[in-house]
Amino acid sequence: MAYSNKVVDHYENPRNVGSLPKDDVNVGTGLVGAPECGDVMKLQVKVNPETGVIDDAKFKTFGCGSAIASSSLATEWLKGKTVEQALAIKNTEIVAELSLPPVKIHCSVLAEDAIKAAIADYKKKQDEAKGVQPAAEHAQPSA
Amino acid sequence: MKLPIYMDYHATTPVDPRVLDAMMPYFREKFGNAASRNHPFGWEAEDAVEAARKQVADLIGANAKELIFTSGATESNNLAIKGVAEMYREKGNHIITCVTEHKAVIDTCKKLEKQGLRVTYLPVQKDGRIDLDELRAAITDKTILITIMTANNEIGVVQPIAEIGAIAKERGILFHTDAVQAVGKIPFDVNALKVDLVSISAHKIYGPKGVGALYVRRRNPRVLLAEQISGGGHERGMRSGTLNVTGIVGLGKAAELCRQDMEKDTERLRTLRDRLNQKLHENLDEIYINGSMEHRLPHNLNISFAYVEGESLLMGINDVAVSSGSACTSASLEPSYVLKALGAGDDLAHSSIRFGLGRWTTDEEVDYVVDKLTKVVRRLREMSPLYEMVKEGVDLSKMQWVTH
Ligand SMILES: Cc1ncc(COP(=O)(O)O)c(C=O)c1O
Ligand code: FES
Repeated sequence: MAYSNKVVDHYENPRNVGSLPKDDVNVGTGLVGAPECGDVMKLQVKVNPETGVIDDAKFKTFGCGSAIASSSLATEWLKGKTVEQALAIKNTEIVAELSLPPVKIHCSVLAEDAIKAAIADYKKKQDEAKGVQPAAEHAQPSA
Repeated sequence: MKLPIYMDYHATTPVDPRVLDAMMPYFREKFGNAASRNHPFGWEAEDAVEAARKQVADLIGANAKELIFTSGATESNNLAIKGVAEMYREKGNHIITCVTEHKAVIDTCKKLEKQGLRVTYLPVQKDGRIDLDELRAAITDKTILITIMTANNEIGVVQPIAEIGAIAKERGILFHTDAVQAVGKIPFDVNALKVDLVSISAHKIYGPKGVGALYVRRRNPRVLLAEQISGGGHERGMRSGTLNVTGIVGLGKAAELCRQDMEKDTERLRTLRDRLNQKLHENLDEIYINGSMEHRLPHNLNISFAYVEGESLLMGINDVAVSSGSACTSASLEPSYVLKALGAGDDLAHSSIRFGLGRWTTDEEVDYVVDKLTKVVRRLREMSPLYEMVKEGVDLSKMQWVTH
């Protein structure tokens, strides 16, 4: 299969690879996919508590070139967005930006799922921090 | 060294220049139809076909009369299995095969099942070989055919063909083997192995595409096949159609060269393959060989690079032609059924690379591939959430994954 130039660029120069401290209350972590399916994405956002704006985003992905590119692109788009704006990112926008062929659409779906999971985790931690109950483990599946 | 590097010799092989030279006259001045009995053009073509039949027969210890030319191994497999099923219908309706067979065998068997035949698909053990006791247990008095490949096209694992042949013979059951990946590469003798039907393909042994052969035993027992392509009654009535003279000449020459050079080629390729394997193991941890190393084609290596996905790996070594069992490289989005059958877990199937070395593979190419692959695996592991989790001490098998 031939890859679009943008997919190749993200694959070769992935943006924002890495990890943020997952126990930080201002960090949300999303982990989606499964090794048996051939794709696992970890996407993290760090939200500025004053402004509600995402000022950092990181990813790590086990998956095909399109999955890597989708998550790399997602981290680029997330930075500078508010949490609500981030939730509005649609997989179809990723498909369009990266010119993904039909068989690779699920890679973009996974990226959208990862964004949603990261934000859900962030919100959960914020609620817990505000509430009385002790902060539970992050939303990552427990070992 | 020329890029890209071809290391996918199980998929196909280039035509050897000596093979092409042998074929050329039959495109030009010697263009006759081998079935034309009344002029020299026909005689010349017929002589060439018969010489090729002998060359192929010599490679597998057969008699030339026992070979039928086909359009390739897909057709040979179809003819052998459907031809036996139809011809021996009175005798029985049960076929035994195995889960790691090529699609040309599996799908043929599935089709026969729809027509009322019973098929047993034997599982394989962790090493990729069938269990002979399971084979014995699967045999019934309705079993008419056992079809087990000699060497697998993905993992290169060689089945215990002589043992299977002995069991089949003892029980009076016909034995077919898809020997596409083995013939010409490792010693293969139809009498020593006690096989009755053998599928062969030219393009896997440095011959042209679209031509193959089926060995059909003529004595002890005399195997009969119901024709699957009807017409002028060519090839002893078992396969009609004007013979592909150029292709057949190419197959014959390719077979002759394989026979001449087998020992030398095998030694050279085994050394190269072992070097590839050893260097990868020196450079990288957590890499796993799929299938038996002991019972394996000398030019095959199939390795899973844990925590990195196969397609992303191929993308990083885009000047090297290899293939992967990853779902992401297949149209069906299913990982390799062969690797799944080994029971190592789908995650390792997604992380696998198949290397097929061949006649023109060099030391330099092997070293280049090792180097490049090492860099890419390291880079992708740095990018892999699985690798990170394992380094943090997480047991991936105990995770609750959020699947879609
Ligand atoms: C084991 C095996 N059987 C059958 C085939 C089909 O051969 P052909 O391409 O000649 O139809 C192949 C090649 O793809 C193969 O590897
Ligand atoms: S992760 Fe498998 S196709 Fe993208």
